[in-house]
Amino acid sequence: MIEVTNLTKKFGSHLSLDCVSCTLKDGDSIALMGANGAGKTTLIRSILGYYHPDGGEVLINGQNPIKERTNVLKDISFVPQLPPPIKLSIEELMHYISVSADVDKERIKYYANEMKLDINENMNKSFFKLSGGMKQKLLIAISLAKKSSIIIYDEPTANLDPKARDDFYRLLKQNKEQKTLLFVTHRLEEVKELVNRQIYMDMGKIVSDEIF
Amino acid sequence: MKNLYLIAYLDLKESIRAKWFLVYSLVFGGLIALFFIAGVTESQVMGFSGLSRLLLMYIQITIVILPIFILITTVRSISGDRDNHILEYMLSFPISLKHYYWGKVIGRFITVYIPVLFAMVIAIIYGAIKGAAIPWSIFFLYTGLLFSLSSTFLGIAFFISSFVKSSEVALGIAFFIWIFLLSFIDIALISLMLQQRMNDGVIIFIALINPMELFRVAAISLFDPELTVMGPVAFYILDLMSQSVFVVVAIGYPLMLGIAFATFGFLIFKKKDLV
Repeated sequence: MIEVTNLTKKFGSHLSLDCVSCTLKDGDSIALMGANGAGKTTLIRSILGYYHPDGGEVLINGQNPIKERTNVLKDISFVPQLPPPIKLSIEELMHYISVSADVDKERIKYYANEMKLDINENMNKSFFKLSGGMKQKLLIAISLAKKSSIIIYDEPTANLDPKARDDFYRLLKQNKEQKTLLFVTHRLEEVKELVNRQIYMDMGKIVSDEIF
Repeated sequence: MKNLYLIAYLDLKESIRAKWFLVYSLVFGGLIALFFIAGVTESQVMGFSGLSRLLLMYIQITIVILPIFILITTVRSISGDRDNHILEYMLSFPISLKHYYWGKVIGRFITVYIPVLFAMVIAIIYGAIKGAAIPWSIFFLYTGLLFSLSSTFLGIAFFISSFVKSSEVALGIAFFIWIFLLSFIDIALISLMLQQRMNDGVIIFIALINPMELFRVAAISLFDPELTVMGPVAFYILDLMSQSVFVVVAIGYPLMLGIAFATFGFLIFKKKDLV
């Protein structure tokens, strides 16, 4: 469960999150929406413990993501909007994930295969040399292989073709039981079948919170 | 601890593959090769000959290029990862900030120190094959001096990297620090000395807290224990401590400085927003 209480975050004079409060329960699938600069990414990064809030707090299963960083992140999978240009080879990246997060490499390969990505052929290739779609597929495979109870996706399908999107949503449907799923998206129709709640943000505030 | 080694190991592997590492290794290896080709070991200047002369030249050049190489290649390690969102993804896994930061420091230290050391080892091996007398004491002391100089600039680089948001700014600061320690501080101190506006002892103290200056004087002291080539300044130093104590200080102080800067960097890294 994610509890956000009166969370405020400023960058200089810009107020990015303005006293945001919400509770995301186990089993909730949320579409987090809003215009650019509404505060969606800041909220996600605060949940992941990247930002020190100016006010309020975030608790993940009762734990502070900054103070209890490693405990909290054991249970969170995250896929960013744009795959970062990681220079490690796929094998090294998988080794990093397998050692740091205790993720079985075979599970990553399994989900990569389900996403129609043959990573065995590319194991020694640098991650950043893969195509945009291949990178995104691998990050999705890692997020599913991690067996986390909280999955956070920041526009995960931006680089995927329609077939890959279908594969992604199919796998997500199979894996979403008893998980908190948080999607940042601009296209509600794409995730409508998956989500049971829609949070809309604007100017750093939650302006609507609907449960379907 | 496994995560600390993991980060160090992966940073080392990534660095070794990078083009800057190839250039870096070629520069130091190439210097040694150039000295041999140019016949430095056969020449004799101011009483220095053979491998001692080669090591003296190597250290004189190293003092100029090693700090800037370390600063430029390291200063972007965290700020660059922050810039291009690598940090955002890599730190979404349950790895402590302590392990991430110090793992990077260890990995990068091995990367920057090994080529410098390796170039000296090649010189020793080649010299031994050619039948030259091997100056082991100078070799080991240079190894120590280079170790501590590397740690200073690595610490400074990580310190800068921890608080700077953009890697361009980090590069600018790194370049300024290098040129300041290499020459600006000397020029300023020489001017003050000439104008006699400040006590000589204070000026020499300020000069010697500069790790590059300390390295330079310590390197000279290995060949010239009385520091005669430095003139009257030698009295200030050798009246204060013996040559052997001076060498220990020349290794210990930059090492401590590097550790202190890296620690400050870690504290900032921990306290600041990560992305």
